[in-house]
Amino acid sequence: MVYHMSFGDLLPYWDVLARGLLYTIVLTLVSTVAGLMVGTAGAWARSFGPKWAAYAVGAYVELIRNTPFIVQLFFVFFGLPAIGVKMTESEAAFLAMVINLGAYSTEIIRAGIQAVPKGHLEAAASLAMSRLETFRYVVLKQAFMKVYPALSSQIVIVMLGSAVVSQISAEDLTYAANFVQSRNFRAFEVYLVAALLYLLLAIAMRAILRGIGRALFPKA
Amino acid sequence: MSLVDIQDVRKNFGPLEVLKGVSIEIGRGDVAAIIGRSGSGKSTLLRCINGLEEFQAGAITVDGMAVGKTDLRTLRRHVGMVFQQFNLFPHLTAGQNVMLAPTVVAKMQKGEARDTAAGLLEKVGLAGKFDAYPSQLSGGQQQRVAIARALAMQPTVLLCDEITSALDPELVNEVLRVVEQLASEGMTLILVTHEMRFARDVGTKLIFMHQGRVHEEGAPKTLFANPQTPELAQFVTGAH
Amino acid sequence: MIEFSFAIILENLLLATRWTILLSLIAFVSGGLVGLLVLFGRVSKHEVLRLLTAGYIEFFQGTPLLMQLFLLFFGIALFGVEVSPWVAAWLALTFWTSAFLSEIWRGCVESVPRGQWEASGTLAMTYMEQMRYVILPQAMRIAVAPTVGFSVQVIKGTALASIIGFVELTKAGTMLNNATFRPFLVYSLVALIYFCLCFPLSWCSKRLEARLNVAR
Repeated sequence: MVYHMSFGDLLPYWDVLARGLLYTIVLTLVSTVAGLMVGTAGAWARSFGPKWAAYAVGAYVELIRNTPFIVQLFFVFFGLPAIGVKMTESEAAFLAMVINLGAYSTEIIRAGIQAVPKGHLEAAASLAMSRLETFRYVVLKQAFMKVYPALSSQIVIVMLGSAVVSQISAEDLTYAANFVQSRNFRAFEVYLVAALLYLLLAIAMRAILRGIGRALFPKA
Repeated sequence: MSLVDIQDVRKNFGPLEVLKGVSIEIGRGDVAAIIGRSGSGKSTLLRCINGLEEFQAGAITVDGMAVGKTDLRTLRRHVGMVFQQFNLFPHLTAGQNVMLAPTVVAKMQKGEARDTAAGLLEKVGLAGKFDAYPSQLSGGQQQRVAIARALAMQPTVLLCDEITSALDPELVNEVLRVVEQLASEGMTLILVTHEMRFARDVGTKLIFMHQGRVHEEGAPKTLFANPQTPELAQFVTGAH
Repeated sequence: MIEFSFAIILENLLLATRWTILLSLIAFVSGGLVGLLVLFGRVSKHEVLRLLTAGYIEFFQGTPLLMQLFLLFFGIALFGVEVSPWVAAWLALTFWTSAFLSEIWRGCVESVPRGQWEASGTLAMTYMEQMRYVILPQAMRIAVAPTVGFSVQVIKGTALASIIGFVELTKAGTMLNNATFRPFLVYSLVALIYFCLCFPLSWCSKRLEARLNVAR
């Protein structure tokens, strides 16, 4: 049997795919911002926080890093409502992504904090800066500068991982692809186009993140 | 006939010309010391001799083999090299470092290579260090292992690229003594060095490089006592 | 209606875990083998080979694993060959793993200092001899920790095989949830089992890395 590929059958559905792509972009954007905030707070707690907080954050990080994202997503979407926390598909997708990126970025930013020379902390302390001030003005930017490449690639990984949110019917690019192939029966073509859209998005994100990095840390 | 014949060699890195027509002849048994400021092109010249760097014009022959035309492997079997940073293989013991090329490249039997290696380590004063890893040795000891490693291939000529520059001052002499012994045995040596006293006392030929050219050359004692150019005079007094 | 006790849920999950482990093992091994081939292509002297492998890596690292699963599952079917979810999952995970491992290993090869290439080169070794006796032994020592670390990603990656219908741990969880309506319990257990599989490997990887840093 010879199969003839036909991408023409995709054309009527271009707006469906476009909307899915937009959803993926917005979801990635908001969960990146929130995830990095969680990560920063987590890294602070791990490095400078009280002992109990450091342990709690450590457990959170290990738990997330050692379980699949799809299980985290199912837990949030199916598990939490069972104990009374109800949410929409989009809210669950967002929450799961933030929890996931939060854990990874906690670990990455913490590594950056550890790489800040001890002398800088002592210098800040002798300038009578408080621990929070030291963190805010001396440690944080240096730490981010050191781990920015690692953070960037983690953000791209999280974007690619977001394809899974289609499984709770959040209407992202993969969900759109599933929908289109159920209508035009051109599964391979649809998924190939979707995969290439993801690839373009990943390449574009890397370029944008590099640009942001250059603007934020001109000397690095 | 000279053993190493360098004729009008030119080399540039992009727009930067580092060798601007260098010609040197080195005979069998010569100990040639190349001196000069950093950036004068002396290390680059040395690295051209065994094909670590390519050059754009001119010719180098070693024992009749034209560099660039002769198969690199054949050439390098006859040209040994010792580096400033030792470059010992960290995952192998001192003995294994010395044995590696004879067994892999020259297809020598393990037992024979082991005996050769032990003999060479003894020669450089490290008889008890056969099973020590590089990380367990001092810089001077590592550099002596590196010399033994190069000698194991029985090179016709040995290139030494600032081999004492990375060493603590108190470790320099143990390495220089080994080189001096090699010289007395008739090994042909080409050294890029900052050790002026060594160049004067052990060298048979002194080459002063300046801005990518051979600025002055001759017998070391004569040249040190009576430099012909202001650049060498300044370099010699500045170096002391 | 059958009453599902905690013990039955756990038992069924553990039985399905066998498939997660098996798929992980097979995908990791075959991915490693393919990865080695890709690595040699990536560091080869032939430009065409380098470009091809770079494109391969870019595709499998730059698209979601889920898309790769779908493409293989539906793509092979185009040739009139019936694919089981098991085979599609194995193939997709193999390609995906090989792309990541080859890049990890390339980093290790490139982190061997240039002086090692020069020193072995001046000893008249050929490229293959340099690789075999000098570069790879050193690169492999550096590679152990990140390679073990990546095995965790492979185990987590197998969870996506559930989406194309392969019954492993995650799929078993979904099925048990549909039967018991106890999602909080079921997915907690599923997560816990994954954690028990992955955490020891993560821990090992971290220890190995720390030991290597001390040794240097």
